[in-house]
Amino acid sequence: MSLAHDARVAVRPATMAQRPARTWPEVNNPAAWIVAAILVIMPLIANGFFLIEIFATTLILGVIALSLMFLAGYGGMVSLMQLTIAGFSAYMVAVFGVSGNPNISLGWPWWLAVPMALALATAFGTLGGALAVRTEGIYTIMITLAIGAAFYYFTNQNWAIFNGHTGINTVATPHFWGVNWRADIPFYYIVLAVAALCYFAVEYLSRAPFGLALQGVRDNPRRMAALGFNVNAHRIAAYAFASFVAALAGVLQVWNYRQISPGSVSVGACIDVLIIAVVGGITRPIGPFIGALIFVLLRTFALDFLVRLGLDGNRFRLLIGLGFLAIVFWSSDGVIGLWQRWRQRQGSNAPSSSGGRRHG
Amino acid sequence: MDSVAHRLSAVGAAAALELRGVTRMFGALAALTDVTITVRPGERRAVLGSNGAGKTTLFNCITGDFPPSSGTIRFFGEDVTHFPPYERIRRGLRRTYQIPALFPGLTVQDNVYLACRGVSRGRFSFLRPGQNDALMHAADNLVQAVHLSAVKDQRVAELAHGQQRQLEIALALAGAPRFVLFDEPAAGLSPTERAELIEILTSLPAHIGYIIIEHDMDVALRVVESVTMMHNGRIFKEGLPQEIQSDPEVQELYLGGGHE
Repeated sequence: MSLAHDARVAVRPATMAQRPARTWPEVNNPAAWIVAAILVIMPLIANGFFLIEIFATTLILGVIALSLMFLAGYGGMVSLMQLTIAGFSAYMVAVFGVSGNPNISLGWPWWLAVPMALALATAFGTLGGALAVRTEGIYTIMITLAIGAAFYYFTNQNWAIFNGHTGINTVATPHFWGVNWRADIPFYYIVLAVAALCYFAVEYLSRAPFGLALQGVRDNPRRMAALGFNVNAHRIAAYAFASFVAALAGVLQVWNYRQISPGSVSVGACIDVLIIAVVGGITRPIGPFIGALIFVLLRTFALDFLVRLGLDGNRFRLLIGLGFLAIVFWSSDGVIGLWQRWRQRQGSNAPSSSGGRRHG
Repeated sequence: MDSVAHRLSAVGAAAALELRGVTRMFGALAALTDVTITVRPGERRAVLGSNGAGKTTLFNCITGDFPPSSGTIRFFGEDVTHFPPYERIRRGLRRTYQIPALFPGLTVQDNVYLACRGVSRGRFSFLRPGQNDALMHAADNLVQAVHLSAVKDQRVAELAHGQQRQLEIALALAGAPRFVLFDEPAAGLSPTERAELIEILTSLPAHIGYIIIEHDMDVALRVVESVTMMHNGRIFKEGLPQEIQSDPEVQELYLGGGHE
């Protein structure tokens, strides 16, 4: 995972000056280092509310949206079931682990329940993907949305495993080495570590053969087949990877709220993930996290803001909807697209060009 | 011993490409009717014919983009009629497209690297290529061979038309091609670029055969040793370039009035 592993840097040292930007854009970007430093020292700055309700929640939603960004941005496949996969994983943690519903939960320790949940959710997402890759464009959206809707109604009506509309409550969180890992600060660091891992994995993968080939499949599937690639196998593998990422977020989500119920996997929530990814920008892995931050801030504070203006606080979705419309109209690559264009205008005299930097 | 030697020689003598009775229907329309073609290994052949003669459909049947409705296709003796395109490509078949079919969001280098990766192992590799990655060097060499080194880090969407056509050819020559289908590689090229194209085609290693669809007779007849003339989805004539050029029927159909 270092620069030295990228042949492009080594093959022609003469052009190295312009290469690193294409391999690890963050390394040369002071803003990225500042953001990373702030995230690491966050517990010193923020109180428990901000740490968990704002930042941990943002990072968890960001990872779910990142899994969509990977599929949509690199693979050209818009999957609306990423939240469903995360929710499935969350349910599996509750079902196999310890919860307040002993007649449902099997009571496995977390270090057995979590791998089980990850494996099952990845298998679930891969199967869904195997169905979805037979279609293109709007039909992919419809199939994945149908899977999401089916899962939502199934959890609502199934009492034996999913405990119907009440869901599973008081899910146990890990305690080991004398630390309660659901306490605010340890939990924040777990979430930050998982989010960073997923972010860098996606970023790294975008330049590895698998990720490059996925972008090839996005641009021209027929030509990819004429270059020797099994396009459908590649797409299914992309679903498998994205499902694993979403499943990781699902584990964090159930530990965050300590419960999981059908409301968390509703169709509306599935669509929220799409909105988050599009508002942030689906061309780069950082986009979903920016989108998630905007979404969480609006969800948390728009209510007070609207009430102060004398409006119904529940209209915060109206704000999100208007923001979504504005983004779709003015910047098809989301907030990061706006930011990039603003930077370009600022530095239009400077020689740096970001033309070749899209898609990592 | 004799029989073994005989069998081996029979395998060695297998045609690079052998189509038998290939028909392709689109609904009620026969785009190809009972096409039988045999091309030796290393043979270079032009396919001529007016628009709608079935030339590109022929390519699509050979690569598997559209499977034939009936008939068989053998590639170096192996029946590939029901193989998906990628299996045929992995066996050494290559093609270019009439309208460049590239990856506009990726750089020139990445386009060629993908072509090299597609016909080798590690297509699903999660590891970025290392410092001495053989495929990266192979991609560098191919980029150089088609004179695109100066733009190798540009995104394909930013390339000029002629450069995109050159990249098309680079993608088709990745790995170890045994037989290439060129679909109008000279279309839209300037005279200089045409000369470069002819040079690339004539300097291919002798064991690499190809079929080229080309309207420009100056290009086509300089780079091939045999010609197949198609008309209305059927094989109309086969022969040496000079025979075809001087054939009165062909002149009537194609070189004369048909192509205006």
